[in-house]
This record gives sequence, C-alpha cells and structure tokens, in this order.
Amino acid sequence: MANIPQLLVHDRRDNVGVVVVEDLKAGTDMLCVVTEDNSEFRAKCNQDVPIGHKVALKDLAVGDTVIKYGEDIGRVVAPIRRGDHVHTHNLKTKRW
Amino acid sequence: MDLSKRTIWGYRRENGRVGVRNYVAILPLDDISNAACEAVAAHIQGTIALPHAYGRLQFGADLELHFRTMIGTGANPNVAACVVIGIEPGWTQKVVEGIARTGKPVAGFAIEGNGDIATVAAASRKAKEFVHHATAQVRVECPLSDVWVAAKCGESDTTTGLASCPTVGSMYDKLVPLGLYGCFGETSELTGAEHLAAARAASPEISAKFMKTWTAYQKDVIEAHKTSDLSDSQPTKGNIAGGLTTIEEKALGNLEKIGKKVKFIDVLEPAEAPARGPGLYFMDTSSAAAECCTLQAAAGYVVHCFPTGQGNVIGNPIMPVIKITGNPRTVRTMSEHVDVDVSGIVRRELTIAQAGDLLIDTIAKTANGRFTAAEALGHREFVMTKLYRSA
Repeated sequence: MANIPQLLVHDRRDNVGVVVVEDLKAGTDMLCVVTEDNSEFRAKCNQDVPIGHKVALKDLAVGDTVIKYGEDIGRVVAPIRRGDHVHTHNLKTKRW
Repeated sequence: MDLSKRTIWGYRRENGRVGVRNYVAILPLDDISNAACEAVAAHIQGTIALPHAYGRLQFGADLELHFRTMIGTGANPNVAACVVIGIEPGWTQKVVEGIARTGKPVAGFAIEGNGDIATVAAASRKAKEFVHHATAQVRVECPLSDVWVAAKCGESDTTTGLASCPTVGSMYDKLVPLGLYGCFGETSELTGAEHLAAARAASPEISAKFMKTWTAYQKDVIEAHKTSDLSDSQPTKGNIAGGLTTIEEKALGNLEKIGKKVKFIDVLEPAEAPARGPGLYFMDTSSAAAECCTLQAAAGYVVHCFPTGQGNVIGNPIMPVIKITGNPRTVRTMSEHVDVDVSGIVRRELTIAQAGDLLIDTIAKTANGRFTAAEALGHREFVMTKLYRSA
C-alpha cells in the first residue's frame, strides 16, 4: 500500500496534480507521481480534497495560468497556495 | 498474441460488413408510429422496437439527418433485418430503399388508410419471417479489425483523462494500423483542445475541415443560443463533482481517447458513414451520450467504447456499449455498470498499454456475443439528433 500514490501529475510542466485516493485528509504528506516519466516527489495538501480533485503544486496569483497535461486549462481567479484545493472557487475557463 | 491474427465470431452480412448482434429491428419512421412498432415487438419474439421522438414536418438539413439516421440504423450490420413503419408510404419507402441497398431483408408498412391494428398484423407477419431469417444466421470467424469501434466518454472526471480515455487511445493506437474503423466526436467538448485535435488530422485539408466544423459549432450553436456562459453545462455538474473545473481541462482528457499516434482521416457529418477506408474518423456530434452513440451506430459502428469517470450508465439498442472506468470510487459504488476496470492505472499497478490490451479482450468477447453491462441492464437509449425546430 505504501507505494500507492495519492496524487498523479500528467506532465512535468503542470502546476496542479489530481488526487486519486478517497478520503484524503488535510495535512497528508502525499506521494506524487508524474505519469509521463514515473518520477516521484512528495507534497502536503492543505485541505481535505475529494478523489479526482486538483491540488496546486506551487503558489499561484490571480491571473496566472493553470497548467495540466502541459497545457493551459484556465486562469486563477483567487490566490492559491502550494497544497491548496484547486477548483471552481479559484480557477475559471478562458473560453466562456 | 499477434493482434493482426486475432479473430472474433461475427455475422458476415450481405454487403460484407461484420455485425456482432443479430437484431430484427422494428423502426418507426416517425413519433406517431412508435405504438405500432412497439406492438409488433411485443408480439414477435426476437425483435426490437426503436421508438424515438421525431420524424414529422422536418425539412432541409434536419430532415436529411433524420433520414440518414433512420437508414443508417436499419443498415447497421448488427441488424439482420428491418421492418419500417411510418404514418404514410412516401417517406417510409425512402427509408426502406436506403436500408435495402445493404442487401438485407427490409419491408415498409404505412398506417394511413389501414389503421394501427391492420398495420401491426401485416408488419407482424413480415417480422416473424425476418426472425426466422435472422435466427438461421450463423456466426463466422472474422478478423478483429472488421469490427468497427466507436468511442465517446461521459460523466467524465479527472480520472477519465488519466486512465479510461488513454485506455481507449491505446486500443486505437494498436488496432487502427491493422485496419480498424474508429470514430470519435463531441464537437463542443473539444473546446480548449481544438488546436491539438486539428494537429491530429492526417492532412492539412482534413485539419482545415475539422476547424471549419468546430468553428461553425461555436458560432451557430454556442454563440447563437447561449444565455450566459456555459460553465453550468460544460463542464456538467457531474464533471465538476468529479473534479473537472474548466472546458479546457475536460477537452484535454477527452482527446486522450484517440491515443498518441493515430491520425484521423476524415471529418464526418452526423450519422455519415465513413467512406475513405479503414482509419480513425471524427464525427460532428453533440456531446450528449445518447445522441452521440445513436449517430455513431447510424454511421455503421457495431461496438462502442465508453470511458466514464463518475459513472455514466448509457447503452444503445443495437450497438453494445462497453464502459471503462479508472475511478476507484465508481468501481466500488457502480460496479454493475463497469465492463473494464482500469483503476489499477491510478494505483500504478497497471500500465496504459496493459489496460488497452484488457479493453481489446473485452471488445473481442463483446463481439463474440457476451453482453455488456448496459445490455444486461436493459439500457437502450435511442436518441435522434435534431438540428432545429420543425416546420
């Protein structure tokens, strides 16, 4: 069980990762894996985050671009700290 | 095993296409003929009625799409024979003639001047004859690549982009080079990844054709009809519950379905049959699951791969729909809907390539006759795409 990651990151350029376990609690020291090269690192999550939801890998300011799959997935609309839950409260589409 | 030598047991139809199911379809031309079709299907065992909501007072491109969908559904190789019932004989006969081009048994019945009861009696006699024809068909050994496989994802979440969509992509990367016909669609849900999709076209001409289709959708549908932004609808409530925040993020996950290598060789109108030979095709479709699957089946696809994150339950009456999920919670809470569990990918116990092989095994088993979860659970969503209001 120790080798099962809590967070997966698609691309080394990404500034968010995806929680892939249920019931992740605030303060967990997560095993994070970058799927493109299987490299590992560790990061702490600041809140309880549901499975499938995103966690920031770095501090982000309003107007910054969130990167996932190495691509632009929208803009930051509220300040984000490394380890924060990233979702509709702080990230918005640039398309509509 | 060498995939190029892999075979399945299917029904080789009159036109050479391979079917994996053997339905006698009772197809209403229009909404008001549903009752007669359902009466025939209730009476004659081994038939399936395909009720739907439209077919009256349509015109122009919308009417053409209606006919293309009706004819394509009856022509699908999973259908051994077809009875068409309509309110009047003109349009009924048009659908019958379209289906007859496949060489399969087909007959039309019109209700006006006869009434439901006499029509149902005549159509039932013909349907019984067709059931004897269909049940006399024997499965024969066919190359796996003769099974046309479509894909569309639904109730997506972030695990779709990590696991279930790349599983379908791995399948296409392996089977399309062997001669498989593939198909993806969902024009609106490629928003945010349209540049990446365009780059996967096989030529600059096809890439331009794709961008023209995508741009027209943005302009004619989204911009013309939106009331605010689409953030309540794209992503959907289910997508957002599953952790997807923006359309860009959803689109990038969606596009994982077409793998890493394969290029698409044409852009199809809704329900248009592919005509450029084996390869992957993009079809201009809605992203609503039942509409998209109905159009893909009408284009001739006989098996469907459906990645889901939060747990879509969609099925189709004539095309088996295989559900694939990589979300461990969905596997736990909705296991009866899951055909291929690839949640091992997010635990790093299963590679994408291994998951692709698992899916290929399931496609082969499904093609051989094994029911999908959606078939066992009775999911028969048949939904016509309507382009605009009727006259």
